[in-house]
Amino acid sequence: MTDSTIQSVAPASVKVETPFQRFRAEFFESRIATCAFVIFTIIVLLAILAPWITPQNPYDLAQVDVLDGRLPPGSEAFAGYTMWLGSDGAGRDLYSAILYGLRISISVGIASGVIALFIGMTVGLLAAYVGGRTEAIIMRVVDLQLSFPATLVALMLVAVLGKGVDKIILALVVAQWAYYARTVRATALVERSKEYVEAAQCLGLSRMRVVFGHILPNCLAPLIVVGTVQTAHAVSLEATLSFLGVGLPQTEPSLGVLIANGFEYMLSGRYWISVFPGIALLLTVASINLVGDQLRDVLNPRLKK
Amino acid sequence: MTVFVIRRLMQAIFVVFLMSVIVFFGVNVVGDPVYMLVSPDADQADIEAAIRRLGLDRPIWEQYFLFLKGALQGNLGDSFVFGEPALKLILHHMPATLELAFSALFLSIVLGIPLGLFSGLYPDNPVSKGIMAGSILGFSLPTFWVGLMLILLFAVELGWLPSTGRGDTASIFGIETSLATWDGIRHIFLPALNLSLLKISLAIRLTRAGVREAMGQDYVKYARAKGLSTSRIIFVHVMKNIMIPVVTVMGLEFGSLIGFSVVTETIFAWPGMGKLLIDAILQLDRPVVVAYLMIMVLFFVLINLVVDILYSILDPRVRLQDQGA
Repeated sequence: MTDSTIQSVAPASVKVETPFQRFRAEFFESRIATCAFVIFTIIVLLAILAPWITPQNPYDLAQVDVLDGRLPPGSEAFAGYTMWLGSDGAGRDLYSAILYGLRISISVGIASGVIALFIGMTVGLLAAYVGGRTEAIIMRVVDLQLSFPATLVALMLVAVLGKGVDKIILALVVAQWAYYARTVRATALVERSKEYVEAAQCLGLSRMRVVFGHILPNCLAPLIVVGTVQTAHAVSLEATLSFLGVGLPQTEPSLGVLIANGFEYMLSGRYWISVFPGIALLLTVASINLVGDQLRDVLNPRLKK
Repeated sequence: MTVFVIRRLMQAIFVVFLMSVIVFFGVNVVGDPVYMLVSPDADQADIEAAIRRLGLDRPIWEQYFLFLKGALQGNLGDSFVFGEPALKLILHHMPATLELAFSALFLSIVLGIPLGLFSGLYPDNPVSKGIMAGSILGFSLPTFWVGLMLILLFAVELGWLPSTGRGDTASIFGIETSLATWDGIRHIFLPALNLSLLKISLAIRLTRAGVREAMGQDYVKYARAKGLSTSRIIFVHVMKNIMIPVVTVMGLEFGSLIGFSVVTETIFAWPGMGKLLIDAILQLDRPVVVAYLMIMVLFFVLINLVVDILYSILDPRVRLQDQGA
């Protein structure tokens, strides 16, 4: 009903632009951000389609031949296909290994990002809406945690927890939730004092509904920006931990594990085993970061022309 | 003021205590070090003797209280692997880490501030744009990957600099340091550069923002009107004003340099605390892991305490707000 009234009021000659269309137009104004978005989309597609577009499954032992080990880029594998990026110490085709590694790296990054987002969001909203002692305690914990570098927090946790996908995700979540909590609380505090919240309260809506139905949607913009940047950070942090040998085990070879495996060969000049997974990691992290930068510019009302 | 300091001190002690509980119980739930340390052909009696020697037969809360009692006396337990006190091991490795962190801090100030100054003074110059793009890369490149590339380029391809170890050390003022010999300096250069990249980017951004803000201020206009030379305005008047925040932030970042050194030390086989930690984690050497984590907690809690107190002296609002909460 509301839709039709708005449309009848708008003159026919004016093109009606939905907020999403405006957002999209503004986002793609920047050439760099467009490139980054395209690159990230390609990376995600490659990761999803990995089993169908790679010549071998690098973790199916029947398909890997040790005789193919440490071949330089462009060599021909025993099975007949060309290894454009060379092979690693165990004879795995690096191109295949990288795409399978991307799957693990990206899923760990996104999983930890999303879980941290939900925890941080809930805690931050709670702090802002309830206030008082609860808020003071929550924010003390957040401040305390943010006084340690995230890398160190994650490292401490894996030192305590040990290796494994679930443990890494837990470590990344604990290392990152505080950033979300701080962001949400800061935004929610501003929103809480606005009139629409007062109006909702006067209507007798439940607390849950005011917080999640009215305040939360207005806090989403900064949350999305922090979420993108933190996801990039999570991918990079997981790679760092795995590289140090305290992250994912050899059975879950993310990009960090691949780079670590290649490290021992690097000093003898076999650069490709570390370098190519490294470039894949770099493109992933940098493209997410650049998309995040552009989101920040587009979603920040203070920078609106 | 005294009340504020005491309150903060109590909080700091509470945090350290809490972390000791978390760290100790966390670390001791994981893995069983006995089977790593006793030779595979040891019989049951040998294993039991080892368990008793390491104190692993007692209930875990008793182990914790023994640990706490020892910790208060400066004894964090003996390393399972080296058989030496864990604290002594860490203190033994600490100078190498501090040396690396200080060198990185030095590099980031020496490289970051001039580059930031240049890009702040000439924001439209292509070189400045290059510097800014570089600083974005510095933020988004994973440290360990940059380290690998530095090794590949300078150690493997060009063969200019060594990539592992500390090199020859000599003592200056009784401190054993790599900075005293030419060989040592050649060894420290790559790891220090690797560790400092993030901070160089930070210094560039801070300096640039400071310069751009300062150049529009009245005191700069006034100095110009007075006929001072541009170099005097920049190096005397502008620099004086922007250096305070830059140096403060860089000083605060020192703690994170020590945290990040774990990565750099592992790549460059630098014999510091960070490498010790990674080796200890991989060998399940629990006392060393616990001791390292406790020292880091203490270190960061101290830094934050000092910063809080300094801020409250400089800005009384911090203190008042705290009392209100």
